[in-house]
Amino acid sequence: MMQKVFTRPRTLKDVPTHYCPGCTHGIVHRLVAEAIDELNVFDRTIGVAPVGCSVFAYNYFDCDMYEASHGRAPAVATGIKRVLPDRVVFTYQGDGDLAAIGTGEVVHAAARGEKITVIFINNAIYAMTGGQMAPTTLIGQKTTTTPYGRDRELNGSPVKICEMLGVLDGAAYIARVSVHNPANVVKAKKAIKRAFEVQMAGHGFTLVEVLSACPTNWGLAPDEALRWLADNMVPYYPLGEYKAPEEI
Amino acid sequence: MAKILMKGNEAIGEGAVRAGCRYFFGYPITPQSELPHYLAKRMPQVGGVYLQAESEVATINMVYGAAGAGARVMTSSSGPGISLMQEGISYVVGAELPCVIVNMMRGGPGLGNIAPAQSDYFQATRGGGHGDYRMIVLAPASVQEIIDLMQDAFDLADRYRNPVMLAGDGVLGQMMEPVELGEEKEVRIPPRPWAATGRTGGEKHLINSLYIVPEDLEKHNIRLAAKFAAMEKEEQRWEDYLAADAELVLVAFGTAARVCKAVVDRCRREGKAVGLIRPLTLWPFPVKAFQPLLATAAHFLTVEMSMGQMVEDVRLATRECRPVYFYGRCGGMLPVAGDVYAAVQKILAGGEAK
Ligand SMILES: Cc1ncc(C[n+]2csc(CCOP(=O)(O)OP(=O)(O)O)c2C)c(N)n1
Ligand code: SF4
Ligand SMILES: [Mg+2]
Repeated sequence: MMQKVFTRPRTLKDVPTHYCPGCTHGIVHRLVAEAIDELNVFDRTIGVAPVGCSVFAYNYFDCDMYEASHGRAPAVATGIKRVLPDRVVFTYQGDGDLAAIGTGEVVHAAARGEKITVIFINNAIYAMTGGQMAPTTLIGQKTTTTPYGRDRELNGSPVKICEMLGVLDGAAYIARVSVHNPANVVKAKKAIKRAFEVQMAGHGFTLVEVLSACPTNWGLAPDEALRWLADNMVPYYPLGEYKAPEEI
Repeated sequence: MAKILMKGNEAIGEGAVRAGCRYFFGYPITPQSELPHYLAKRMPQVGGVYLQAESEVATINMVYGAAGAGARVMTSSSGPGISLMQEGISYVVGAELPCVIVNMMRGGPGLGNIAPAQSDYFQATRGGGHGDYRMIVLAPASVQEIIDLMQDAFDLADRYRNPVMLAGDGVLGQMMEPVELGEEKEVRIPPRPWAATGRTGGEKHLINSLYIVPEDLEKHNIRLAAKFAAMEKEEQRWEDYLAADAELVLVAFGTAARVCKAVVDRCRREGKAVGLIRPLTLWPFPVKAFQPLLATAAHFLTVEMSMGQMVEDVRLATRECRPVYFYGRCGGMLPVAGDVYAAVQKILAGGEAK
């Protein structure tokens, strides 16, 4: 007897994505979908995706979806969750989106302890708009708007979101993970599932930052991009749980 | 039923609750503060939610989420806050979500001041945000009218799946008048089969304003335009106060219209044929009110608490075949009946430049 051991999660649609070869957005979509499937909440999950490379996430996730304006997904999710407190609500945001234009929204959603899960894709760049410097771009990193490398004097230092949000009382689960190799993908999956569980247990705001690769805008081949992430991003953005409830 | 004394801002809150609104997202700004104060108390009493946001940018996006989830929802602000909401309002229209937005107008531009004004007329009626869009703008002139209009505001938002703005000013918000609240009716909120509430066994729903293919976005815009055309056809509202036989017709809304009514009364006592058209919808502008008057009126005088914004619509509505004059006070100053009367006198005597 043959047995199916690997299949497309129910929460993902059977459609090709528009992501570039080597892009890790697809991996993270899958992890989120698997978590939703495993928790058996597909039917009562609502996703919110603002602009960024993942703006078409609503075409890939098969649950109810909202498209949000740049940076405002946590506010949109707040509106949804306040009306439908028994639903599972997640946002899927880039680093330009969450850590620059939408800083206010994510900080206050966390401070209020909104029972939502934020999936935060840190690829150290504004990918969709052509590879400009993001708030998370590393010192010295070349982008289309830092052609000589990010200069601390001119541009300041990269923003560490988990460290920032971890100090807020409303935040219940805050973790940083990476998807540059299989071992880390497995850990990322665990964290994402945990975040959903903490949301469902009503503990408060949850966020998982995922260090991600953008080979296209980094100007690297897919394998080089994953190596660059491991060698440069992981040291600056330490992985791990920054906040977690004692038990759920 | 006995009348009770109520402030305009509180009347908006009570009117909203009675219309079935159970969600209010706001951010503090004068001169609308009594409204959030009222709803912070009232919403929990009726099982609703009053939530103070971190900014008006967040507020309007919370409204977007709540409306998408199928709720009757409202926000409120004044000039600067409404300016911050413009991007969000454009998204709300694009995604076809019903909601009510209150603007208790104050003096601008910039920080301006907190005194009453009507200088956000352009912003309210010409879009304000980006893209081709319209919204119904209601302009009450008394506390009773606020109570009566709130139900309509929510119903119109639902009928067209579009935001509705209630445009008042600081005077209206803060003045106390006796009102009849009427029987509390059972509110029937129309079903929202399009809401995205989690699939719960049904089809997938999407709340969205993105149409990446130009052909699709053009189609979407044409469909929206058909809704706006229906609003223009069906929803023009105004009060005609002795305008039918008037030689001079005043045009004013909200607080300015109250002043103009007193001027009309004085003129009529003196045997002068002066009347008033008071637009109740700033958009769609009540063009229909002006059509019969083109045969009877010789002059129009628009009175606004601004440097002249609605006057452009009056010129369009009269097709410029009659002189349209303007009198305005701004910056938080109110038109005084005696001054408006003097302007009327001058026009009737033939001595006022257009
Ligand atoms: C108000 C506003 N400003 C700017 C933009 C343009 N814009 C679209 S996506 C984007 C940045 C996306 O970067 P990020 O959030 O890091 O996502 P990524 O594409 O890297 O996944 C910007 C600036 C916009 N849509 N709206
Ligand atoms: S540009 Fe970068 S983030 Fe966007 S799809 Fe391509 S690889 Fe992914
Ligand atoms: Mg990015």
